[in-house]
Amino acid sequence: MSIDLSVWEIVIGLEVHTELATRTKLFCSAPNEFGGEPNTNIDPLTLGLPGSLPVLNEQAVELAIRVGLALNCTIDRSVFSRKNYFYPDQPTNYQISQFDLPINGEGWLELPSGKVIGIERAHLEEDTGKSTHVGGGGRIHDATYSLVDYNRAGVPLLEIVGRPDLRSGDEARAYVSELRAILVAVGASDGKMEEGSLRVDCNVSVRKHGDAELGTRCEIKNINSLRSLGRAVDYEAERQIDMILAGERIEQQTRHWNEDEGRTLKLRSKEQADDYRYFPEPDLVELSPSQEWIDRVREALPILPAARRHRLCERSGADTAQAALIVERGLDDLCLAALDCGADPSRTITHAEHNLSDPKALELDPEMFAKLTKMDADGDLSSTQTKTVLAELVQLGGDPGEIAEAHGFKAMDSGELDAVVDQLIAENPEQWQRFCEGDPKISGFFVGKVMKATQGQADGKVVAGLLADRVPNAAKE
Amino acid sequence: MSSAIEIAAAVQSGERSAIEVLEEHLGAISERESEVHAFNLVTTDQAIAAATAVDELVAKGGPLGPLAGVPVAIKDNLCTRGVATTCSSKILEGWVPPYDATVVTRLAAAGAIMVGKTNMDEFAMGSSTENSAFGPTRNPHDLSRVPGGSSGGSAAAVAAGFAPISLGSDTGGSIRQPAALCGVVGVKPTYGTVSRLGLIAFGSSLDQVGPFANSVAEAALVCEVIGGHDPGDSTSLPQAFPAVSEHLSDGVAGMRIGLITEMMGEGIAPDVAQRIRAAAEWLAAAGAEVEEVSVPAVAYGLSAYYLVAPAEASSNLSRYDGVRYGLRVDAPTTGEMMELTRTAGFGDEVKRRIMLGTYALSAGYYDAFYGTALKVRTLIRRDFDKAYERFDALLSPTSPTTAFSFGDKTADPMSMYLNDVCTIATNLAGHPAMSVPYGLGDDGMPVGAQVLAPALGEVAMFRVAAALEGSLS
Repeated sequence: MSIDLSVWEIVIGLEVHTELATRTKLFCSAPNEFGGEPNTNIDPLTLGLPGSLPVLNEQAVELAIRVGLALNCTIDRSVFSRKNYFYPDQPTNYQISQFDLPINGEGWLELPSGKVIGIERAHLEEDTGKSTHVGGGGRIHDATYSLVDYNRAGVPLLEIVGRPDLRSGDEARAYVSELRAILVAVGASDGKMEEGSLRVDCNVSVRKHGDAELGTRCEIKNINSLRSLGRAVDYEAERQIDMILAGERIEQQTRHWNEDEGRTLKLRSKEQADDYRYFPEPDLVELSPSQEWIDRVREALPILPAARRHRLCERSGADTAQAALIVERGLDDLCLAALDCGADPSRTITHAEHNLSDPKALELDPEMFAKLTKMDADGDLSSTQTKTVLAELVQLGGDPGEIAEAHGFKAMDSGELDAVVDQLIAENPEQWQRFCEGDPKISGFFVGKVMKATQGQADGKVVAGLLADRVPNAAKE
Repeated sequence: MSSAIEIAAAVQSGERSAIEVLEEHLGAISERESEVHAFNLVTTDQAIAAATAVDELVAKGGPLGPLAGVPVAIKDNLCTRGVATTCSSKILEGWVPPYDATVVTRLAAAGAIMVGKTNMDEFAMGSSTENSAFGPTRNPHDLSRVPGGSSGGSAAAVAAGFAPISLGSDTGGSIRQPAALCGVVGVKPTYGTVSRLGLIAFGSSLDQVGPFANSVAEAALVCEVIGGHDPGDSTSLPQAFPAVSEHLSDGVAGMRIGLITEMMGEGIAPDVAQRIRAAAEWLAAAGAEVEEVSVPAVAYGLSAYYLVAPAEASSNLSRYDGVRYGLRVDAPTTGEMMELTRTAGFGDEVKRRIMLGTYALSAGYYDAFYGTALKVRTLIRRDFDKAYERFDALLSPTSPTTAFSFGDKTADPMSMYLNDVCTIATNLAGHPAMSVPYGLGDDGMPVGAQVLAPALGEVAMFRVAAALEGSLS
């Protein structure tokens, strides 16, 4: 990428819509399920039939409060409003959403890097149906006919509006990834971007370092994966910088991310703000959750990813990156349980980081895992042997001692290993000479030979030690 | 014709069958409906089936509801399962609801027999029933005059004896004004005491369902049957409807009743004002303390109402777009289809209010119009509350004039709007009010006295209304 980041600063703010994992829709008892036959999860309200009225789903409110608390938001008295606009997938031609008084106010989220990102608000609203435009360009304006599926209409959404505190595509990805982990942790969402459970709209602007004012922003839609998010940010930032360098003015636009072409394309100008004629939804009453309810939700909150990372670092000495990875894989509880069983901290973290990517690792018996890390640390097994035993432990379970024995793995008698080393030195005098002269490349030659001779039972580090012991003192000086 | 209470008693005792009662009313309908046009649809077959079911229940020994075998007419903006519901609009022609409104369910559970869906101003927008897409309803007392509106069909149905009771809806006076013009009792209960589920919305924060009847006692009974909490309406209050029936003969001795100054002067026909003064004098004679009281903010009621109601209506009526149900005018694109459907489906008054409301909610105008109207609403409630510190109930005319002639006010929407000047403030406050016949005007047409009360003050309201009714007999 050609952006000179010493000159330019990319400013990113994300609006994340998450479908809340409720049993029924936000204002009626039609099921909230993904993937049914079109127009099967519907009822009078979903279709906007005359005379139907909305009744707020308590479970949706509770999930919204959970997310709000997990994002350190204030939980406020809130009001639903109508956002009026005509579109066939909107059954009443207005969307019930929270406008000036959202349920969750100001909060924040901590990235694995430790950076804190502000949350402006997280409010409840209903989802729309889905239109399919057949014929023409596949758009509503020139379609031969259009089909509407109202299964999704009325599904509860929480729109989480982040502050423009993100500064790179990678940071934006880390934010969404962290947010997704929190949503999943509190049971608010399944976090599936590909099913639309999590939808990201990305506001990007650029400015020179030191500029007080933010640049004109463009909103990018249709970002369907974390990878697309990073690519879209980079593309859009570069596009804007190129325009500025060419002396052009950035127009405030909504842009569409085209995954295949790897670029953003103008959808519409936002210079003239849409007029949604918001007004308080008269069919609903003000929502003011009692302090007692909020406290109850707070007490029931699970431990969140950031707290998991901190806890793991403290207990095991893992670094931030290791902790982030292990928590993301959900292995931190296993590591802590293993530590409780006396596991070697450093080996525990190393194995969790490198050798436990298989989802079955989540079912490991912490006691057996701990035992293995101790055998590893004590030099009872070579690193190759350790990996073999661990892999089997993950797949089949069992006792690492017994697995090692079944494989015939055992720590080599030190006398035995001494003999092998001495023999190899005698057989390869030329190479030994070079080793003694300090040629770094030759060390691997001897280790490899020893491994072969012992069929992998020797520990590489031990072999290196034995070789070093045999270098004449004169050569060391 | 017998009253609802007499009919229910006779059916319950087995003295009369529900079918017999129904046939009597269907007879009255076939005799005069062609000239009155109270109904969009007479549901003869369903009514016979329902009456037969009641009679079978009688034969089996019950249990029977308080309205067993009582014919009832239902305004055509209340959803009725399997029976077309049109709001007297072309845009809903042919739509058949898959559910009953809560009030319809409760009437049926009480044993009432629906005889038909009554005509109305389109989407309840109007004061004369002249805005119906299916032609106007005529006042049974004088066919050259309007029955009032928007629930003109429901008022006329009771006045003509087509049914002893009917349901209407009141957003700015749409029950009380036609009740006054047709010489029957009409009640707008406290907002939230009667479910709106299944009522096709006009102005959601103002709409309330209520009854028409020939007597205060019948109206009270219907309120008790249809009222009370409904979990399907989020604005429904938790409590049961106030127990009004048991207080109807309490009298007014010792009650404090205020005559609203702002509703007795300019714009009120002298013969109407004279009748209301007579009502006030009679109440005083019956032992009430009666005084004039000023409720200054009601002067702004009309202006506030014509911002709030159209604003809500513009949003409520946006669902009629030809996509899912009702009328569809085909066109090459979805946008044009919606536009042509709405152009063809809505009448002039509905279009006028949609435009008014859309404008009032628009960015840059919201604060000046809708925002200000909400503040006026708060003021009106405050001024009423102040008056209710001193008075148990208030009194005024229901309508500034008796029933006017067809076409009198259609050319000038503003003169039509002024017809609601006495009724509108109650809806903005969310309070109850009812109209009770109080004699005739100089033209021999009925005059209605309006009794107003604070929120949930229905007991006081019905006591005053019952006393006024009693003074005429």
